[in-house]
Amino acid sequence: MIGQSLTDLWYGFSVALQPHNLMWSFFGVLIGNLIGVLPGMGALSAIAMLLPLTYTMHAVPAILMLAGIFYGSQYGGAIGAILLNMPSHPPHAVTCLDGYPMTKMGKGGTALGITMISSFFAASFGITVMVFASPLLVEVAFKFGPTEIFSIMLLGLLAGATMARGSPLKGVAMTVVGLLIGVVGTDVNSGALRFTFGLTELSDKVELVALALGLFGVADFLRSVNRIHFVGNEAKVRLRDMRPSMAELKQAFFPMVRGTLVGTLFGAMPGTGPTITTFIAYALERRISKTPERFGQGALEGVAAPEAASHSKTQVDFIPTMSIGIPGDAVMALILGALLIQGIQPGPQLISEHADLFWGLIASFWVGNVLLVILNVPLIGVWVKVLQVPYRFMFPCALFFIAIGVYSTNNSLFEVNEVLVFGIAGAIFLALDFPVAPILLGYVLGPLVEENFRRALLLSRGDLTVFFQKPISLGFMTVCIVLILLQVFFALRASLRKRKNKGLDLVLPMAAGTPVDNE
Amino acid sequence: MRRLVTTSNRDYYGGALMTAIGLGAIIQGRHYPIGTLSRMGPGFFPVALGAILTFTGLAIVVSARFAARQEEQKQLPAEWRGWFCIGLSIIAFVVLGKYGGLIPATFAVVFISALADRQNTILSAAVLALATVAICIVVFWWALQMNFALFGWG
Repeated sequence: MIGQSLTDLWYGFSVALQPHNLMWSFFGVLIGNLIGVLPGMGALSAIAMLLPLTYTMHAVPAILMLAGIFYGSQYGGAIGAILLNMPSHPPHAVTCLDGYPMTKMGKGGTALGITMISSFFAASFGITVMVFASPLLVEVAFKFGPTEIFSIMLLGLLAGATMARGSPLKGVAMTVVGLLIGVVGTDVNSGALRFTFGLTELSDKVELVALALGLFGVADFLRSVNRIHFVGNEAKVRLRDMRPSMAELKQAFFPMVRGTLVGTLFGAMPGTGPTITTFIAYALERRISKTPERFGQGALEGVAAPEAASHSKTQVDFIPTMSIGIPGDAVMALILGALLIQGIQPGPQLISEHADLFWGLIASFWVGNVLLVILNVPLIGVWVKVLQVPYRFMFPCALFFIAIGVYSTNNSLFEVNEVLVFGIAGAIFLALDFPVAPILLGYVLGPLVEENFRRALLLSRGDLTVFFQKPISLGFMTVCIVLILLQVFFALRASLRKRKNKGLDLVLPMAAGTPVDNE
Repeated sequence: MRRLVTTSNRDYYGGALMTAIGLGAIIQGRHYPIGTLSRMGPGFFPVALGAILTFTGLAIVVSARFAARQEEQKQLPAEWRGWFCIGLSIIAFVVLGKYGGLIPATFAVVFISALADRQNTILSAAVLALATVAICIVVFWWALQMNFALFGWG
């Protein structure tokens, strides 16, 4: 089987390296990187904007270009997250947590360097896994029915909610708010319009880009205007600064490996988006770290692990998208749409029927990632110019990019209003010390959770115990319960300690952040 | 002036807000058919979520009641000028984008939001807005061929 895979991969390289295909791949990476760096422009708007261009192209270069835009903008987005605290693609919300504090400390260059190394390492690993495990993982993924999908998504949501900084209860509340936002729109089963309040624009769901940019862009401006004075003038990132020291490399190496493994594991599971993956990678690092209090204050591990996870996940994520047609997230859904426009039906037969496409894509991932590294070494100076802009000039421009970026996803001004609404809501939640990141998680997974929950119970004739009867599902459910019990245990222990210390020591070490904190 | 939101009462407000959203979801969700467990209607999931959110909100309030009093954190006063200008700038973008075209909308969003910062003067905000308009024309209208008229009525 390995020999067969290697032969196929060799064939894939011959497809990816054809000058015509290579050119489109390069174009995609370049444009993706450029748009990703622009504040407020993520992979979603980049792909959405360039999607019409592919309608007239042959399927292989079209998909290669879209994939190039995807990981190009993903890397570009990391730059924006680290230098500007602006996650244009939801998974980068996690990178902001530690990447931006590093920039504030003047170590933005190191963070970028580590990001580059991590993403390249993780992507290479993810591609390798994809090559050798593709046939195998397709088989495992086939065993996933709605019951299993619901259980694993429940686990993902619970994990995402309880490990956000601060109170787990607030995290759960925010996740549920996100799930409710995901309900808005047309119900796929009955066609009923839910929570649209008479607005026809809402029948097509809340726009993901608007939600993300509202919660992380506008809400942040509302919280930080006149409060932070950008440190950018002191932060100079040159090529030399990007080369991390030996000690920093050592510090980042194992988080990078762990992040890669987390990303690979989750990539193989349908329906689990990259956001949850980066969150889990981050939480894992914080959990096993000897100094968890450094996280959120500029810990190198907090940049390396999620970035590695998101890149290995990106690669492996193509497996469920291509082989069963379940996209991991909205970006994958867009790529799925592009495949359908090209007349290619995703499914297990895709690998054999469109071998040039599948293996060409895999090979182009590696080629594209090499291009990305080569591109970013000379271009980093350009990105750094962004740093020199004071905040008072930066945020109005960023606001414009947000407005135009959101407009571009659907060519509609209604979504721009959504940005404002979610921005204000996000700022209120932040003021009340709620973490806003779980909202996104809930929103992305919401429709999938509902559909699979309904389907699972339809199949079991309304028997709720079905989630504990199937072995794979039982495993996920057990982990869920353990997670909840652990949280209850931690909460009880903490309150017992507080009681004991009452009157003696009222000053408890609080993990609260600064007012401009993003989470 | 007494502060509206303090560290000690923040969780009461937060829990109450969550309970309110949860109840709202239940009330609105009851308008859709609920169905049964084996044949769920479109209302089942929202109502269930609303119930979970209501209980979580109550739990937040209860845990705030029992939590040891925390030391008051230093909090910065609300920045009403910032909220007003940023909110207005996005509304201006939508309105002018619809009735004026890309150039007025771009100018308005940058100009108005720049005034949110106390260090920006009208002149610096105008210069910044004009520069953004120039970038916008080159990048979005010329290079990316975005479907948005530079000037337009209606």
